[in-house]
Amino acid sequence: MNEPLLSIRSLSKHFGGVAAVDGIDLDVPARETVAIIGPNGAGKTTFYNMVSGRMTPSAGQVLLNGRDITGQPPHRISRLGVSRSFQINNIFTEMTVRENVEVALAAFHHHSRRWFNLASRNRPIQEEAESLLERLSIGELSARRAGVISYGDKRLLEIAVVLATRPKLVLLDEPTAGMTPEETRRVTALVKSLADSGDYTFLITEHDMEVVFSLADRILVMHRGKALVAGTPEEVRRHPEVRKAYLGEDDDDQESLSQEAPQ
Amino acid sequence: MSGIGAAFLNSLDIGLLLFVIAVGLNIVFGVLNVINFAHGALYMLGAYLAYSLINLLGMPFWVALIVAPLVVAAVAVLIDRLVLRFIYQRDVADSLLLTFALLLIINESVRSLWGSGIHVVEPPALLQGTVHVFGASYPTYSLFVIVVGLVLLAGLWFLFNRTRAGKIMRAAALDREMAEALCINTKRVVTGVFAFGAWLAAIGGVVAAPMRAIDPGMGDKIIIESFIVVVIGGLGSFPGALIGALVLGLIHGFGGRYLPGINMLLPFVGMALILLIKPTGIMGKGAGV
Amino acid sequence: MKNAILMAVFVVVLAGLVLLPWFTPYFYIFIATEILIMGLFAASFNLIFGYTGMLSFGHAAFFGIGSYATAMLLLHLQWPLVYCLIASVVFGALLALVIGFLSVRLNEVYFAMLTLAFGMMVFSIAHQWRSVTNGSDGIAGFTVGEFGLGLPLTLGNPAVYYHVVLVIVVLASALLYLIGRSSFGMILQAIRQNAERVSFCGLNVRAYRLAAFTIGGGFAGLAGGLMAPFLRVASPEMLHWSTSAEPVLMSILGGTGYFLGPFVGSAIFILLETWITSITHAWMLVLGIVLALMVMFFRRGVLGTFLDWWQERQR
Repeated sequence: MNEPLLSIRSLSKHFGGVAAVDGIDLDVPARETVAIIGPNGAGKTTFYNMVSGRMTPSAGQVLLNGRDITGQPPHRISRLGVSRSFQINNIFTEMTVRENVEVALAAFHHHSRRWFNLASRNRPIQEEAESLLERLSIGELSARRAGVISYGDKRLLEIAVVLATRPKLVLLDEPTAGMTPEETRRVTALVKSLADSGDYTFLITEHDMEVVFSLADRILVMHRGKALVAGTPEEVRRHPEVRKAYLGEDDDDQESLSQEAPQ
Repeated sequence: MSGIGAAFLNSLDIGLLLFVIAVGLNIVFGVLNVINFAHGALYMLGAYLAYSLINLLGMPFWVALIVAPLVVAAVAVLIDRLVLRFIYQRDVADSLLLTFALLLIINESVRSLWGSGIHVVEPPALLQGTVHVFGASYPTYSLFVIVVGLVLLAGLWFLFNRTRAGKIMRAAALDREMAEALCINTKRVVTGVFAFGAWLAAIGGVVAAPMRAIDPGMGDKIIIESFIVVVIGGLGSFPGALIGALVLGLIHGFGGRYLPGINMLLPFVGMALILLIKPTGIMGKGAGV
Repeated sequence: MKNAILMAVFVVVLAGLVLLPWFTPYFYIFIATEILIMGLFAASFNLIFGYTGMLSFGHAAFFGIGSYATAMLLLHLQWPLVYCLIASVVFGALLALVIGFLSVRLNEVYFAMLTLAFGMMVFSIAHQWRSVTNGSDGIAGFTVGEFGLGLPLTLGNPAVYYHVVLVIVVLASALLYLIGRSSFGMILQAIRQNAERVSFCGLNVRAYRLAAFTIGGGFAGLAGGLMAPFLRVASPEMLHWSTSAEPVLMSILGGTGYFLGPFVGSAIFILLETWITSITHAWMLVLGIVLALMVMFFRRGVLGTFLDWWQERQR
């Protein structure tokens, strides 16, 4: 196992009396892919929100390369090399596909502080955006308005925006949610190739077990805010409680839904 | 000593009047997610209606106190049905713009109907004169304002804590997602809440009429004050509106007496200080970006 | 094709503006001067609203302080106009920096309330601080001397002043346009569309909002500085929220999604005002009704609605 890029120490978040995330410990080794699974309301998104700076934890620590980043604002955490996608598409709908990526690139290269350049003549950024879109196989959509492309393409676009800031750690929140089987295959293959390139460390939440087991090096199973099991896909697959609580019956899923913690 | 006592009573009557108005603004914001820029204009409309009912139609003050707010509430129902309905589903900016347009329309209508001059309403005979409190003479009418404020405070407290409709309203004001989950944003509820807010503003206007000059600028003054109240207290919070209103009342009551040179500036200084220390107000939460 | 036509229209309008004093009566020179100044004021507002997505109801504060700065410098120190205008920009930007610092930290609703309240605070100061601001009478009785930079201009001549305003407004607008089209401007538009995504791209959204607000304040200050010599007075009305309402309305009227929208809005607004105030005193009533109708039914403004219609027709 590599050195941990991200270390989570007993991270918790309380809303009133409810613990949405309750004392989670997790090490994400560099250049590996860790998946977090669990029913709706298990606290995955809250967990993401704390790691990415969208929420301040009630207790615990988030360490990136050993450096404490707990409670830092999103833009700082992003600068330190953590980038995330959202469950609901989170793009700039009135801009073109390429401009979406250009925004992130301009931010990354500090061009965002240039007041008198013409953004539409910024060739280096445009070429970088084009090549990133090519890499995600949505290059031909470059000039389309982002608000009108298909749902699956929007999700790919968001991943392009996420990658544009050259993150070391990429947090994907249900990247295949709402996708057609064909789109799901595309995204899975894409993430796999990115992970194999050795440039990125991935933290992924996902409902589709097929996707999870084909991508993850390690899996954390969350249930009602707590870590149920953590281990290799094989260990998780064999674990009786996981089989019972999550992988097996859908009925349990329904029950957990009704006790969903506020997120 | 008597100076302090009088300043305190003065603060209380300004504060409670502001509370009645600001809490209406807060309720409308809480449930509808609309900051009603025309709220002050509705307050002014209440005062002008009271003037016409009392001085032109010869009605007793007490009748005007009942009738004028109901008329304003009816106007609010019309506004909601004819105008605001178009933009509830849209961006927040659109509702701000539209209520701002309403502010211009109501202000100018009042100016055209009643003129730009100052109008005066006499307090009812029962409430004229002064009484002695804390060794100082104090206008009876100001005590009446305090009583009205306290009665409405108690009534609102009862509404928010003891009735189902009130509990939903208060919860919705603090947590809109929950309000949506409870499906309370039906057309009738929206209209009702908007009219209720207007009704409170108009009561404030009628009560203020005998002690303040009625002029076309009175609505602008009160909307700014109400904004300061909700910023100090916390947007959407019922106790916040009370605290904010009392703080502003104290600033006015004591500032007017002891710092007359800069008294107009003090509320803004208070607001700026709160913003620096606790941006979401004393009782507020989660308004950051 | 479409762009070529629009470009041609733009050039013709600009040429018409330059030649205006030679073929219209004085009255329309005054109107045109006002349209240009208010257009710049509205465009500075639209950088904050149309680009960055922050609805400010206190923009008159920066316009007014710019106006007072130029008026007072002309009255007390007789500076050449160009230096007065620079001071107006600086004062507008500084005031915007202070008010913005307190206001951009919170969401849209708070922002709207705070800008209105702080705007009225500035109005109260101008009204009450008689020893400096001369209260409700405002600063008057100053004379505009030389322009500065060694240019021999007779600023007292309305046609000359009109040309000075035209040149300054065109230059300032070009600057604003470039800012809007720069990488910085692209980020501002991204913030309007999705502020959260921008912060997760590693940018401090609050700082960018404050920067936009400050730049907008500076340009509003410039517009105010141009207004004082034109009206020969700087008065508290220029700081009142009804003045703040004007750039809001002009931008909505013209179309907030276009750089030239506020200028188109300014022209319609001022021509309507001239026409309507000759019939009725209830100008603000008409204003309110027009604003309400625009927001309800023509949110893209006159320019936007026209361009949409034209695009539709060309298909």
